[in-house]
Amino acid sequence: MTMHNKTIAEISRDLTAGEYSSAEITQELLARIKAQDSTYNSFITVSDEQAIAQANAADACRAAGNATAWTGVPMAHKDIFCTNGVLTTCGSKMLSNFVAPYDATIVDNFNQAGAVSLGKLNMDEFAMGSSNESSFYGPVKNPWDTERVPGGSSGGSAAAVAARLVPGATASDTGGSIRQPAAFCGLTGLKPTYGRVSRYGMIAYASSLDQAGTITRNAEDSAMMLNVMAGFDAKDSTSVQRNVPDYTASLNDSIEGMTIGLPKEYFSDALSADMQQQVRNAIAEYEKMGAKVKEISLPNTHLAIPAYYVIAPSECSANLSRMDGVRFGYRCEDPKDIEDLYKRSRGEGFGNEVKRRIMIGAYALSAGFYDAYYKKAQQVRRLIKNDFVSAFNDVDIIMSPVTPTPAFKFGENANDPVAMYLEDIFTIALNLAGLPGMSVPCGQVNGLPVGLQLIGNYFDEARLLNAGHQFQQVTDWHLKAPNGIA
Amino acid sequence: MALDQDQVRDIADLSRLQLDETQIAEYQTNLSNILHLVDQLSAVDTSDVEPMAHPLDAVQRLRADVVTETNQREHFQKIAPAVENGHYLVPRVVE
Amino acid sequence: MEWEVVIGLEIHAQLATKSKIFSGSSTAYGAEANTQANAVDLGLPGVLPVFNEEALRMAVKFGLAIDAEIGLKSIFDRKNYFYPDSPKGYQTTQLHHPIVGMGHIDIELEGGVSKRINVTRAHLEEDAGKSVHEGFAGMSGIDLNRAGTPLVEIVSEPEMRSAKEAAAYFKKMHSIVTYLGICDGDLSQGSMRCDCNVSLRPKGQKEFGTRTEIKNVNSFRNVERAINTEIQRQMDVLEDGGVIRQETRLYDADKDETRAMRSKEVENDYRYFPCPDLLPVIIDQEYVEAVRATLPELPDAKKARFQSEHGLSLMDAAVLSSDRIMADYFEAAAKISGDYKIAANWVMGDVSAALNKNEIAISDIPVSAEQLGALLSRIKDNTLSNGGAKEVFNALWEGKGTDVDALIDSLGLKQVSDTGAIEEIVAQVLADNPKLVEGYLNTPEDKRAKAVGPFIGLVRKAAKGVNPQVVMDVLQKKLSELG
Ligand SMILES: [Mg+2]
Ligand SMILES: [Zn+2]
Repeated sequence: MTMHNKTIAEISRDLTAGEYSSAEITQELLARIKAQDSTYNSFITVSDEQAIAQANAADACRAAGNATAWTGVPMAHKDIFCTNGVLTTCGSKMLSNFVAPYDATIVDNFNQAGAVSLGKLNMDEFAMGSSNESSFYGPVKNPWDTERVPGGSSGGSAAAVAARLVPGATASDTGGSIRQPAAFCGLTGLKPTYGRVSRYGMIAYASSLDQAGTITRNAEDSAMMLNVMAGFDAKDSTSVQRNVPDYTASLNDSIEGMTIGLPKEYFSDALSADMQQQVRNAIAEYEKMGAKVKEISLPNTHLAIPAYYVIAPSECSANLSRMDGVRFGYRCEDPKDIEDLYKRSRGEGFGNEVKRRIMIGAYALSAGFYDAYYKKAQQVRRLIKNDFVSAFNDVDIIMSPVTPTPAFKFGENANDPVAMYLEDIFTIALNLAGLPGMSVPCGQVNGLPVGLQLIGNYFDEARLLNAGHQFQQVTDWHLKAPNGIA
Repeated sequence: MALDQDQVRDIADLSRLQLDETQIAEYQTNLSNILHLVDQLSAVDTSDVEPMAHPLDAVQRLRADVVTETNQREHFQKIAPAVENGHYLVPRVVE
Repeated sequence: MEWEVVIGLEIHAQLATKSKIFSGSSTAYGAEANTQANAVDLGLPGVLPVFNEEALRMAVKFGLAIDAEIGLKSIFDRKNYFYPDSPKGYQTTQLHHPIVGMGHIDIELEGGVSKRINVTRAHLEEDAGKSVHEGFAGMSGIDLNRAGTPLVEIVSEPEMRSAKEAAAYFKKMHSIVTYLGICDGDLSQGSMRCDCNVSLRPKGQKEFGTRTEIKNVNSFRNVERAINTEIQRQMDVLEDGGVIRQETRLYDADKDETRAMRSKEVENDYRYFPCPDLLPVIIDQEYVEAVRATLPELPDAKKARFQSEHGLSLMDAAVLSSDRIMADYFEAAAKISGDYKIAANWVMGDVSAALNKNEIAISDIPVSAEQLGALLSRIKDNTLSNGGAKEVFNALWEGKGTDVDALIDSLGLKQVSDTGAIEEIVAQVLADNPKLVEGYLNTPEDKRAKAVGPFIGLVRKAAKGVNPQVVMDVLQKKLSELG
């Protein structure tokens, strides 16, 4: 039986129906990873033994009559999430020997739910990148075209799901790191509201922007994953105490009468005609389903990237100070004194992009520059948030492209950090505002997938998932697989 | 804002990052370009805008003063580069 | 040149919470290295802080005790610096929005004068771990048990003008935080540490001179010594026409000198910014009032009450109120005995001497306040002489008994106060020592009081446990009858 092409929802139903066991599908996926992942490089660690043990335990649990929706369903984690006893590298040489001594809260959530973790997925180093070229473990290839990037930083999560190595994966999004790779790989990516999913055990890049989420094949699977991940965590001060709905319950609600806002700044001439067309077509589908469309303005959109490249580096410059070669992680050979230990461990352990961002942050926060950079960026951040707050007075949901172009080729932006940063132009403002966003496949340009971005009001994930699911009931972009993968 | 090479070295020092001398020029260019990008912010009038550190205007939650942790030294020190006698070892620190 | 000394202190007081400021690890002192450092304290990748409510309450309590403004919105910032005992590479502290704003305390100076010292602010922050330099073959060992212990850093205005004033201020702060029960005050364990900012300026000059900071002085005595040493050093430099470098120095108590710290040679750029892992701490007036309702009587109020209610002198009241446990002990014993003056003399005298001699804290004293009270009652009702009382006190201290009256009996210390019995003994002594009597009678009137001495000795030799006052009265009466 071929099981690798199944979605999470299908696997859950099949396991319930006894079509196959968790051990069987786990074995098949592990074999598939072994056979095919050398092409994509999506996994950093494959946890064969643990996965099989979890699958057997899940099958036993089912036999005992204690199965729930997730019992025995395989998935995998981005390597940014700490997994007790399993290597957790964050894509960096700095943590290339870091066997995490504890589980991230969401890892624990999936373990408790009975899910089977196949391993840890490749990513841009410390989640800094939009192409997965900054990983110490090498670039991840886009299954749609292995000459092209899968996007980043959750490139491993996207490539693994697109290549049908795993039905769904956790991911994280600080400036677009879920939505952009999902768009590049023809997948559904969900970045929840800041605070909806615990950050405990997710290695911090920019604490006030980071949010864990999902990359799956469709909205229904995203809802199933979010059901496991969302919720209050007493270990995270920024986690929100707020009821978690069953996100699958409202998937089939009608979207008739829903008002869609189209921000004019996101449909400028900078976006190619091809890309515009795909997104416009998707909006037309919504109109057919009874949604109303309204043009809106988010006037501070152009300031999102500059503000982000002050705030994220500033926070990361402090967050990554703990990587000092003292208590865990990489330590340089024969440090001659403590300063040498710090400088060489960090100089050798971090890649160039990470070093650049640490330095930008240190500079922005340093004496005499704080007001001009950090404080200014925090003020602009509020202007950007206010744009969205007032927009949501008039509309239920905002839609836009996810990326300016489809997946680009390796090396295209590698030597120009600023050009790379501009790739995130449509995704980054949401992180500054803390809003939920979703990427849904909505077309193709030159045979490469294109994503539609759905932006929701705070804690309106259920609406995003509902809108995504309804779109996927009338379109088949989410069913398309890369060539040679079925 | 363009940085000169000494500034690049100073920031690297402050950040405890050893940079390869041959890379200084490249860092200088890239960092200057990034600062140029963020310099767009200076044109914005933010005189009455309160800085926003968190996306949600939430308030710090408090934890009860209860000891919940047990000794896990062995577990944590298994992953340490160098330990002796329960201590993390570093080159001698001068005060 | 006449110089004026300007001193400001920064006191770090460890808050007496059970768990750390941002984690559930124990703060107990003295555990084996790194056995009380969890994932959060170690700064492992991915961990997050959650703020301890008791640390907040204690800091507010302190603010109210020094009559300060309370920060209804306080914000944690990150102070960035690399040091091996700082596991995250930054310290979580409060820069712009501290929990406690401007307040003040009064210190007592010699001659019963008091002086008001303003407190600029007090903020919450986390303690660092410890570096151990001995026993690691040229390396340093890092122990992070202390990392994350809650601290209040109390910053004074530069209003002290002598090392004595600084020591008095440090003592007063110690007394306040221990009264409040927010710090155990154990200086030997580093529960309170003092950074002293010292500068000199020509008398009459308005601008401050360049200051140096002496880090981590940890006893009252050393605060005074370190500052005096530093004053002398600065004065020598200035009188030689030199300039003072703004720098951080360490005090070496053995050599009684300060030296510049090498690790602080490079001026640090701390790059403070609001900690994104912690949200603003918001409290309301209701919370503040609820904390205020829990404030105990503070040293100044107690001192005033000891004077007005118990008739103690200012100095006695100041000494007895400086330590809350001592004050409670004194009051309990005094109340039982009904004599506050005897109790004050005993607590400041024999009790303190015994504590010092045995190096025992008042909290661990083997003689309870109830026992001391019972003992003092027996002095008051003349059952015991002072000497006898000391014997009973020692017996209690050594655990030879627990009941004062039983000890008086078993030690045979009951005083004879019966005048008739004493008159018989005195008569006998006078009859047995005619020469001494003759000598006494030849002594001029004005020197006779002193000449009674030998008779007292003889009476007490003849009969143990006689009340000396009664003996004196009877002797004087009998001798005057003789001429
Ligand atoms: Mg202590
Ligand atoms: Zn401090």
